[in-house]
Amino acid sequence: MLGVASLTNKALRTWLHGLPGVDQVGIEARAAALATRSIKTTSKSWAIDTAIGMIDLTTLEGADTPGKVRSLCAKAQLPDPSDLGTPQVAAVCVYGDMVGIAKEALGSSGIHVAAVATAFPSGRASLAVKLADTKDAVKAGADEIDMVIDRGAFLSGDYRLVFDQIAAVKEVCARPGDAPDAHLKVILETGELATYDNVRRASWLAMLAGADFIKTSTGKVQPAATMPVTLLMLEAVRDWRELTGEMVGVKPAGGIRTSKDALRYLVMVSEIAGDDWLSPDWFRFGASSLLTDLLLQRQKLRTGAYSGADYVTID
Amino acid sequence: MTPRFEYAPAPESRSVVDIASSYGLFIGGEFVDPADGKSFKTINPATEEKLADVSEANAADVDKAVRAARRAYDRTWSRLSGAERGKYLFRIARIMAERAREFAVLETLDNGKPIKESRDVDVPTAAAHFFYHAGWADKLDYAGLGPNPRSLGVVGQVIPWNFPLLMLAWKIAPALATGNTVVLKPAETTPLTALLFADVCRQADLPPGVVNIVTGAGATGQALIEHPDIDKIAFTGSTGVGKSIARTIAGTRKRLSLELGGKAANIVFDDAPVDQAVEGIVNGIFFNQGHVCCAGSRLLVQESVADDVIHRLQRRLQTLRVGDPLDKNTDVGAINSAAQLARITELVKAGEAEGAQRWSPECTLPERGYWFAPTVFTGVSQSHRIAQEEIFGPVLSVLTFRTPDEAVAKANNTPYGLSAGIWTDKGSRILAIADRLRAGVVWANTFNRFDPTSPFGGYKESGYGREGGRQGLAAYLDTEGTH
Amino acid sequence: MARLEVRKTYKLYIGGKFPRSESGRSYEVVSTGRSPKFLANAAQGSRKDIRDAVVAARGAVKGWSGATAYNRGQVLYRVGEILEGRREQFIAEVSASEGLTKPQATKIVDAAIDRWVWYAGWPDKLPQVLGNLNPVAGPYFDISAPEPTGVVGILAPQASSLLGLVSVIAPAIVSGNTVVVITSEDRPLPAISLGEVLATSDVPGGVVNIVTGRTAELAPWLASHADVNAIDLAGATELPWGELEAAAADTVKRVVRPAGDGADAVEPDWLEAPDLSRMTAFLETKTVWHPKGL
Repeated sequence: MLGVASLTNKALRTWLHGLPGVDQVGIEARAAALATRSIKTTSKSWAIDTAIGMIDLTTLEGADTPGKVRSLCAKAQLPDPSDLGTPQVAAVCVYGDMVGIAKEALGSSGIHVAAVATAFPSGRASLAVKLADTKDAVKAGADEIDMVIDRGAFLSGDYRLVFDQIAAVKEVCARPGDAPDAHLKVILETGELATYDNVRRASWLAMLAGADFIKTSTGKVQPAATMPVTLLMLEAVRDWRELTGEMVGVKPAGGIRTSKDALRYLVMVSEIAGDDWLSPDWFRFGASSLLTDLLLQRQKLRTGAYSGADYVTID
Repeated sequence: MTPRFEYAPAPESRSVVDIASSYGLFIGGEFVDPADGKSFKTINPATEEKLADVSEANAADVDKAVRAARRAYDRTWSRLSGAERGKYLFRIARIMAERAREFAVLETLDNGKPIKESRDVDVPTAAAHFFYHAGWADKLDYAGLGPNPRSLGVVGQVIPWNFPLLMLAWKIAPALATGNTVVLKPAETTPLTALLFADVCRQADLPPGVVNIVTGAGATGQALIEHPDIDKIAFTGSTGVGKSIARTIAGTRKRLSLELGGKAANIVFDDAPVDQAVEGIVNGIFFNQGHVCCAGSRLLVQESVADDVIHRLQRRLQTLRVGDPLDKNTDVGAINSAAQLARITELVKAGEAEGAQRWSPECTLPERGYWFAPTVFTGVSQSHRIAQEEIFGPVLSVLTFRTPDEAVAKANNTPYGLSAGIWTDKGSRILAIADRLRAGVVWANTFNRFDPTSPFGGYKESGYGREGGRQGLAAYLDTEGTH
Repeated sequence: MARLEVRKTYKLYIGGKFPRSESGRSYEVVSTGRSPKFLANAAQGSRKDIRDAVVAARGAVKGWSGATAYNRGQVLYRVGEILEGRREQFIAEVSASEGLTKPQATKIVDAAIDRWVWYAGWPDKLPQVLGNLNPVAGPYFDISAPEPTGVVGILAPQASSLLGLVSVIAPAIVSGNTVVVITSEDRPLPAISLGEVLATSDVPGGVVNIVTGRTAELAPWLASHADVNAIDLAGATELPWGELEAAAADTVKRVVRPAGDGADAVEPDWLEAPDLSRMTAFLETKTVWHPKGL
């Protein structure tokens, strides 16, 4: 891919810095323009269900308990008890020690369990600790691993270290035999990368190292997901497929709270990456409160009347 | 296969605007019938339905309007303090903002441009233009144009159909701020927002005769230009007509400013921020259906990245939505008139005949109305007509270059000199290229940006004089001493 | 017996050289006054001389407009120094050409030298006085600055053979334009002497090109030349200047009309202090936008 005999930091740097620049004003204007698209009512209903099906329903609190995780899993399977036709979410996202609880609670629902790993959210630990963290979650049955990159290494220019860590984590996501490997989502923490140029480079670095998904944020740093950052990452996976033929998923996480926002993201997915990405296999929302608003809007579409908070469960 | 998104037909409601069945001429603060009772119809180019009958002013009507403007100049407007003039303009700016939705819908109906453009660009920028110039009215001594700036008198203004209300604002706001009175002729295919502006003047209590609006075609404009009591002509339109106006007033003491045609080069270097460059190319040529004098109609792309840029451009164009201009999702609206459509069609045929490769994204055009699919020509040479003549439509000609010198040479190789674009991540290259481009507006890593504070106007056959900014005031002021 | 004067041959000044008219023609120039005296045979320029002069002027645009403003100021000031050194010669020529007494001619020549020096100080001020940042409503750096128009054709004033001439040439070239000047028809000699001053200063060849001859014959060629960007009709006082303006319209030239009211054209009082209009008439405003982003 890089056209070099051995992978050095210098080679990576040359390659990543050879990517086209990103003009902040231009990309923000493009995202804002896409946000003005207006969606047809029938499409809206489809889009709301699609968005629900793309949610990684998330709880990442120090105060998480088995009870909290179980009730989240209940909601994941039955988001709206008043309408059993409501789709399930894509995954439940928890800390590694809760994977077993979640797996058990979700049973054969088909809903994935995603575990954050690699010393989430800061990533400030040795590789050995990160790998142990990941192995632990994989062993507990996690379907997906949401790892964080070492932003310190990235910002100090040590791209090779970031690459190697992603590749190493990817290796331990593998399961022996026929058991499916855990999918690797790589969190760039774009709020700490600060510039769009860095986000583009980090996206490509993660894809080069084997990411199945690239994810914006931990949700613990502001700003988290934004439309322009997600747009940029959608461009990256689009261009990656043109180069390699492989598809990589995108997951904006944090800060997406309303149905209106979610639909704008879907518009962006469609117009930037293409409709192939309009599937939970290739696009996810990392969110907790978003589901509530999607359900309210879904009820509004179904009944024709605006719904209220008391008509949506709070798990 | 996942179902593709369907965007709403999300039409803006027509009901926000009342269109009269017929309109008189706005002279001396009231609507009057034309002397010979003649009228013509204005249509919605997206549907070909008639919107209204509009009066056709003849030389007698124009004379009446000029007299009204002269009377208003002598008796009221030139005697008002700058501060009072400014307050009228502030009022106008506010009223335009209050009635923005009405203006946007009417502009889209009469012109065919997408509602998102009339709503987000034309109308707010027009209101901003009045607001900006309102503040100048009592500060002209500080404009740095000379020690004793004086108004000229009665100004005749002729504007085009591509940005009807915005061009009206570009003309009327500075003219009034500097103490002149106005007779304005809107384009014959797009008179309605100017006639709605007359109602804004009424609501603002603008003294009668300060703004007069005479509708009509070329003959009406000619009568205005030839009128002996006009002190200054301001024209935006084609270079051909601009030259004819300059000849007409030659040997008189009438002042003249001209905003004419263009054939802008949009230069994309190999280190450009490519995704934003593609947006800039799209915005440069497909904004307002390419009915833009400063449109980036010649894409000059560095040969080493040409394939990639064209590929990205074509992919992007497949997401452009062509159709009902009132639909909020529409990106490209209707061609303004049958005549313009014929001209675009003719030049596109010439492009094919000359051997350039024509490409358009798949798109279904409405059956009625005037439509042209976004079109890209590759393999274009400087000697092709589509690289030389202003098409004024959604048609892009792609040329390549090898070195910065060649890019500059090709960019400047035209009698026009209105605008140009540069896309590169290298700052020093931007500055060097911008220096060498013979164009009045250079957009670097952006395109088609407009602002009341930013002077706009051309070099060479793209005209003279500037609109907007401090420099734009000079076109409406006498600041000269003895020599 | 008085010494026999060695006379000077007056030729054209084109591209830094002093050619005769390609037409081979010349015409007699006499002094102004009650008893006109023969002064010299001036070259009677032709349309082809105009053509050559425009080629020379166009060729000089890049270097002259590309020179730093500081450098243009230095070069123009140097012209002032050399004018001062030739002061006596110019007093004699202006006196003879315009029929003035020596004190009158001295006043004119001094004013002309001082005017040149006034303009010599302008090159590095114009962009500051005429340009500015534009506070646009968005994240853009937006700047407007003046640039020279290109090649300027000038019909020099007919009466004021030196002060008027300086007052039309200097404002055009300070900003980087190059000029083709058709001199006063009857009083062309100070113009050619000015050419000699320019040739011996550091002004690059082609920046100023001077053609003597019949204004009515030459002016239409200059006004209609497609490679001329602007024209100053100051000297069209005896011509139907509207026709020249109409010819200029064919390529959208910038036109400075002669002074006066209506169709009447007169020469202004060149002794009056100038305004900026002759400089701004031959300037274009270029506006450059760039986004501001990280």
